[in-house]
Amino acid sequence: MGKLKILVVDDEPGICSGIKRILSDFTVTYPFMEENIEFEIDDVLTGEEAVDIITTNPPEILLLDNKLPGISGVEILEKITKEHINVLVIMITSHASIDIAVKATANGAFDFVPKPFTPQELKSSVENIAKHIYLKRMTKKMKVEGKQIRFQFLSVLSHELKAPINAIEGYLKIIKGKQVGDNIDSYIPMIDRSLARINGMRNLIMDLLDLTHIEAGKKKRELKPVNITKTAQIAIDTIEPLAIQMDIKINLDADNDFIITADPEEIEIIFNNLLSNAVKYNKKGGTVDCLITEENNSIKISVSDTGIGMAQEDIPKLFKEFFRLKNEKTRSITGTGLGLSIVKDIVQLYNGNIEVKSKINQGSTFSLTLNK
Amino acid sequence: MEDINKKTILIADDDYDYLFQMKMKIEGFGYRVVCADSQKEAENIIKTLKPDLAIFDLMMENDDSGFILCYRIKKLYPDVPIIIATGVSAEAGYSFSLNSEKNKRWIKADLYLDKGIREDQIHKEITRLLGLKDTKQ
Repeated sequence: MGKLKILVVDDEPGICSGIKRILSDFTVTYPFMEENIEFEIDDVLTGEEAVDIITTNPPEILLLDNKLPGISGVEILEKITKEHINVLVIMITSHASIDIAVKATANGAFDFVPKPFTPQELKSSVENIAKHIYLKRMTKKMKVEGKQIRFQFLSVLSHELKAPINAIEGYLKIIKGKQVGDNIDSYIPMIDRSLARINGMRNLIMDLLDLTHIEAGKKKRELKPVNITKTAQIAIDTIEPLAIQMDIKINLDADNDFIITADPEEIEIIFNNLLSNAVKYNKKGGTVDCLITEENNSIKISVSDTGIGMAQEDIPKLFKEFFRLKNEKTRSITGTGLGLSIVKDIVQLYNGNIEVKSKINQGSTFSLTLNK
Repeated sequence: MEDINKKTILIADDDYDYLFQMKMKIEGFGYRVVCADSQKEAENIIKTLKPDLAIFDLMMENDDSGFILCYRIKKLYPDVPIIIATGVSAEAGYSFSLNSEKNKRWIKADLYLDKGIREDQIHKEITRLLGLKDTKQ
């Protein structure tokens, strides 16, 4: 998180240089932190100089002696509290006065160090304050990031839901205004498009429910032995009618009934999504190969197609919510852009991973592992 | 015979239905319409065609495709007015990511329109932008 600025305010030059020496090589760290917190130390001899710096370019931490020739430390502290200046104060209380220390903490000082202090006392006080600042910044950062992710999701979602409404509304207005003549047949393609968009919206809502259930973790998971091979076969039977329309052959290659403890619905969602993608993004007369194997303590599933494939640069985007491959070849393929993010979320529930290999015009292979 | 004085409007949008309907509407206003269904296709078209006005969807292959196109076209033809049509605006704030907003704030489209806008309003805005352009010349 870089350097924290400390300003030392003490009218005794010896104390200032002493503090500088003690803190010059001092760093603070947490075991999980990538970089240390370091300090940049500056000093002034009077309260007036300190006020100047605090009001123009405040440091993160102020090491403030109470007994100063002009404005006193307590007065500076009052000013900081009153004007909500963003600086944390460690009071250096001369004469070991508990009264001043108590008054200072009541006035908003973070900590106090009684004079004379040992290097260790000073260091532990600075360490506390540095960790406090670090945690506060992290919390703030996480709050902001969380909000951003949610905001982005909602705005993309509202876009995805509004687009079909606009399209359908547009067609209805054209029909209402009889804009292409009196022959009802001229309007059939528009009605078909409207129905297709309504269908797309329904699928989006279904996928969205799946996704929010999985992500919120609220869906009651029912873990029991699931026959992966059988689940795959059922999914293949479901997708078969679409495959026949496109003259696509689906092969299942599993030399055993593989069993895993899982939520059956989740396994179904995986196969339904991967197989329907493999058919939808395939070419007429193509094939889909579904291979299931067992390795150590995990089940490996791979679904390959001989379809349109995709560019390397698109692969990382695939699992992003609402991402859909948009090009000439995918124009007429419907989808919600949520299927693969759902699959990814499910695979994570089984501590597994998913990877994609693809070549444009040759096909794609989705391989995933589920840990038992 | 087609009127050679007809102004040409380029529309780029990856929503097939929106593109179809906009083409129909704008041809109805008496303009010639050239359609692109992706940022990439629009980029190719503007290499050889200077439209009189362009209407871009914001999110196509990229979240900020509309901005990218805006930048490209203004570089080639600074005087072509551009409308950015977006599905999400007023109620959710602009939907481009914060990152792209920061980076692209300096790119100015001439107008932002919500996609739900009424037909006569689009007509009015197009006429206005084309008129402004003519007085500038």
